[in-house]
Amino acid sequence: MIGDILTYLTFFPVLGVVLLLLVPKERHDSIKSLSLIIAFVTMLISFLVYALFDPLASGMQFEVNVPWVNSVGISYHLGIDGISLLLIVLTTILTVLAILSSWNSIKTGVKGFYISILLLTTGMIGVFVSLDLFLFYVFWEVMLIPMYFLIGVWGGPRRVYAAIKFVLFTMFGSLLMLVAVLYLVFKYHSMAGVYSFDIQALVSMPLSFSEQAYLFAAFALAFAIKVPLWPLHTWLPDAHVEAPTAGSVILAGVLLKMGTYGFIRICLPMFPEATVAFLPYICVLSVIAIVYGALVAMVQKDVKSLVAFSSVSHMGFVMLGLFTLNLQGLEGSVMQMINHGISTGALFLLVGMIYDRRHTRLISEFGGIAKVMPAFATYFMIVTLSSIGLPFTNGFVGEFLILLGAFQLNTWYGVFAVTGVIFSACYMLWMYQRVMYGKVTNPENEKLTDMSARERIIMIPLVFLIFWIGVYPKPLFDRIEPAVKNVLEQVSRAKSVQLDPVTYELTRVKDEKGTVTDATVTFAPEQEEATHE
Amino acid sequence: MEVQLPEVSLRMMAPELFLFVWALVVITFDVVTKRAQGESVGYLTMVGIAITGGILAITGEGPGFGNMFYNDPMAIFFKIIFLGAAFMAVGSSFGLTKQKIVNHRGEFFGLMLLSTVGMMFLASANELLTIWIGLELTTIPLFVLAAFFKDNKLSVESGLKYFIVGAFSSAVMVYGLSFLYGLTGTTDLLQMKLNLATVHLTFRNIGVILIAAITMLIAGIGFKLGLPPFHQWVPDVYEGAPTPVAAFLSIGSKAAGLAAFAKIFVNGLSAFHGVEMAPNDWGKLAGIVAIAALILGNTVAIRQTNIKRMLGYSSIAQAGYIMIGMVAQSALGLSAVAFYIFAYMFANMGAFAVVTAFEDKTGSCEIKSYAGLAKTSPMLSICMTIFLLSLAGIPPLAGFLAKYFVFAAAIKQASLEGGQWLYWVVGAGLITAVFSLYYYANVIKQMYFSKDDSPYRVGLQAPAMLVVLIGLAGVLVFGLYPEPVLRFAGEVPSMFGFVSP
Repeated sequence: MIGDILTYLTFFPVLGVVLLLLVPKERHDSIKSLSLIIAFVTMLISFLVYALFDPLASGMQFEVNVPWVNSVGISYHLGIDGISLLLIVLTTILTVLAILSSWNSIKTGVKGFYISILLLTTGMIGVFVSLDLFLFYVFWEVMLIPMYFLIGVWGGPRRVYAAIKFVLFTMFGSLLMLVAVLYLVFKYHSMAGVYSFDIQALVSMPLSFSEQAYLFAAFALAFAIKVPLWPLHTWLPDAHVEAPTAGSVILAGVLLKMGTYGFIRICLPMFPEATVAFLPYICVLSVIAIVYGALVAMVQKDVKSLVAFSSVSHMGFVMLGLFTLNLQGLEGSVMQMINHGISTGALFLLVGMIYDRRHTRLISEFGGIAKVMPAFATYFMIVTLSSIGLPFTNGFVGEFLILLGAFQLNTWYGVFAVTGVIFSACYMLWMYQRVMYGKVTNPENEKLTDMSARERIIMIPLVFLIFWIGVYPKPLFDRIEPAVKNVLEQVSRAKSVQLDPVTYELTRVKDEKGTVTDATVTFAPEQEEATHE
Repeated sequence: MEVQLPEVSLRMMAPELFLFVWALVVITFDVVTKRAQGESVGYLTMVGIAITGGILAITGEGPGFGNMFYNDPMAIFFKIIFLGAAFMAVGSSFGLTKQKIVNHRGEFFGLMLLSTVGMMFLASANELLTIWIGLELTTIPLFVLAAFFKDNKLSVESGLKYFIVGAFSSAVMVYGLSFLYGLTGTTDLLQMKLNLATVHLTFRNIGVILIAAITMLIAGIGFKLGLPPFHQWVPDVYEGAPTPVAAFLSIGSKAAGLAAFAKIFVNGLSAFHGVEMAPNDWGKLAGIVAIAALILGNTVAIRQTNIKRMLGYSSIAQAGYIMIGMVAQSALGLSAVAFYIFAYMFANMGAFAVVTAFEDKTGSCEIKSYAGLAKTSPMLSICMTIFLLSLAGIPPLAGFLAKYFVFAAAIKQASLEGGQWLYWVVGAGLITAVFSLYYYANVIKQMYFSKDDSPYRVGLQAPAMLVVLIGLAGVLVFGLYPEPVLRFAGEVPSMFGFVSP
């Protein structure tokens, strides 16, 4: 019975959609309260999953595996490890906050809006719990449509363009992924004699290097568009700027994480040789994303697009951490996925609050807001600092570990990535200064009301999480670590690397001729010698 | 040849015979009641189709008339599709017969049934001439149906165009068939397969005659399917013909053409597929045509402003996707083709039912006039959205699984030796699928993203409602639980002599 808890968690929002359909569309208050209750219960279920989750066990938990389309080997296979657990909890929390944040700002098509959000929630949770590639793909695509409507119906002036751009970019990537999935399944069929989409079964399948390279490229492109990795990021600023607040929060908080989650769940374990081979390229792209995102963010006139470009930069950190392929880097990277969800989600919520009051987001329109809205300014400060990565806030923990990992891999990656941290302090604080300090120059800002009780309720849990993770991240790391170690063990199946069983350090092995195959990746010399002894 | 007892043969043809008689009954009923009965003619037609379905269920499998007529699983599967398409086309014609076709309701529905009889006959045909006759029986009533608005210039143009192109393509096709007969001395598909193999083994080279025959057959059937470069009639006919006829055309006549293609090429000429026979291989030729259909259909559809023309081009593209499964030339590919048409039927007939209802109400087929429809007719817009998303292949709808299976079949075949070229077909299908999402989403955009309310409030009559609900149920149920249909579709290639995978 308890094994099905993931099913309840995934499909509870769909149940909510069915209930919402029964409510007449004029009764806005009932619709809002009902969807809030649904989202809240979903969150409670995810807390229950968190409580029942055994941090010591490695491997998947709460597994369900039932045949679905038997003739082609598709099964309904769910299960979570520490990484997916945390992302699910993040998803459900952000959904509740997103619904709260749209309470007064969405006035047309209320019913459709909340139905879209709940469907989106199911899609997102579904991606994180599926262990069957087909199921994964279905959930991955299912999210596309509610998001298309969220941006297209309730978005800003250029919403139609942004919505279709978002859909076409994602669709392009996912179709490539579909081909790769099919290839994997047929390959498995030719070896094992049965069809299977099971991720765990497919992971154990030996693939030649060229196969791995092609498949890695197909999956990586799909995921990189979602992350988004430079230069595939161009849909993101449009989508973010045009999306309603709730859409931005979910987009930045969860949807982007699905790309990195895909890397960690599929690309790394399934194609270890290709991962090692592509590592330098992805790392370089990540570093470019970090620096480029930060520099472009600096010159933005619109607060929301500033935050959007800062996302490109932060997600660059996550990608860099993933491809350091060492314990610190990966743990930091998973941590940073959560942190970015919290901080950027909070930033978008705050931007949404000020937008609701002033109906503009241009930095030049503001100034001296701290005097009229002191509470708002305080919350904004905390979130800004968390986004910069000040010690004792959540951002520090993740970024620090990623940088540690990056320096171990290659000093240059570390050096360039650090500049991203510095730039992020620049653009965030500069923006904060221009918006909050100085005299109130614009008369329209003089009569702004400070945060309402509802808005404070939205921010309090996020601020709590910011400090909790910043000060005491151990419970999270306890859950991340076994999962990350699993991933690293799977990567170490590649012939070109070797895993140190104690430190979980991956080192490059020299082949028979004694040459290191790829000179771009350098490892600490003493470790290399150690592996030879 | 062993002589079959007539009873047995007739029993196998019971559904066709019944439907034929019923078509006459429908026409007679309309005349006898002095054309005063508004809706009952339509209901009578729908009942007849339902009864035919029942008869089909109890007829079972088996041969009739020697080897010329054979009820194999493929025939039964396709007959279900034909009956389903006819049922849904009739169901969405009620508004039309009420307003525009007042004096010829019986003929309208009767011709639709007669065309269905032709399709069903074709599905069971097991021999070149029977296949050809089946195709003719299918298309001749459709020529008349396309031109049914005899006072409307567009409709007459579409009927004439369809007739000329159709007659020409039939001629080309029968010319190609005559070459095949000349080469092999038989019209029986199985015998033809064996004779061709013998000729090939004896002479190691069959020469230009077969290439000419293959080219002509691809051209002939390509016309029926609307595959480029033989597609020019499609958008004009879709635009001019009565909308339910266009819908029927897009499923029924397309499925019929595909059945003919499968029978002649995948079965009869399968000996011709292989690495050592590369120059005579029809697969690559069909593959090129499929790629052309995908690219042309999906790109030109983007520019359309009329929803019927858009759906016309989209149907060209969909034919391209179906051909991907066909050129895989495997058991899996053929099952995928069958499943594709099945899933496509629900989405396309549903979408056309909505378009018909909208046209009946507003008289407009412009995509622009759908603006803001979501505000005034929310349920209709949701249904239309689901149909369009299924056509675009978004999970968890049936259209996604359909696309998925044709790609799967092609990729499986591509991973075998000599099949690498299939990756090009798959690649074209994938990239153009992104385009297709654009134009389908364009309609959704009009319905939902407009800030203004639509001036129209479109409701559905009971039969059209039934059609939309069937479409919706099909798209959702077979998207989430395709197992039963897949199992049935898996039996479709059972008569094709593939080595089981």
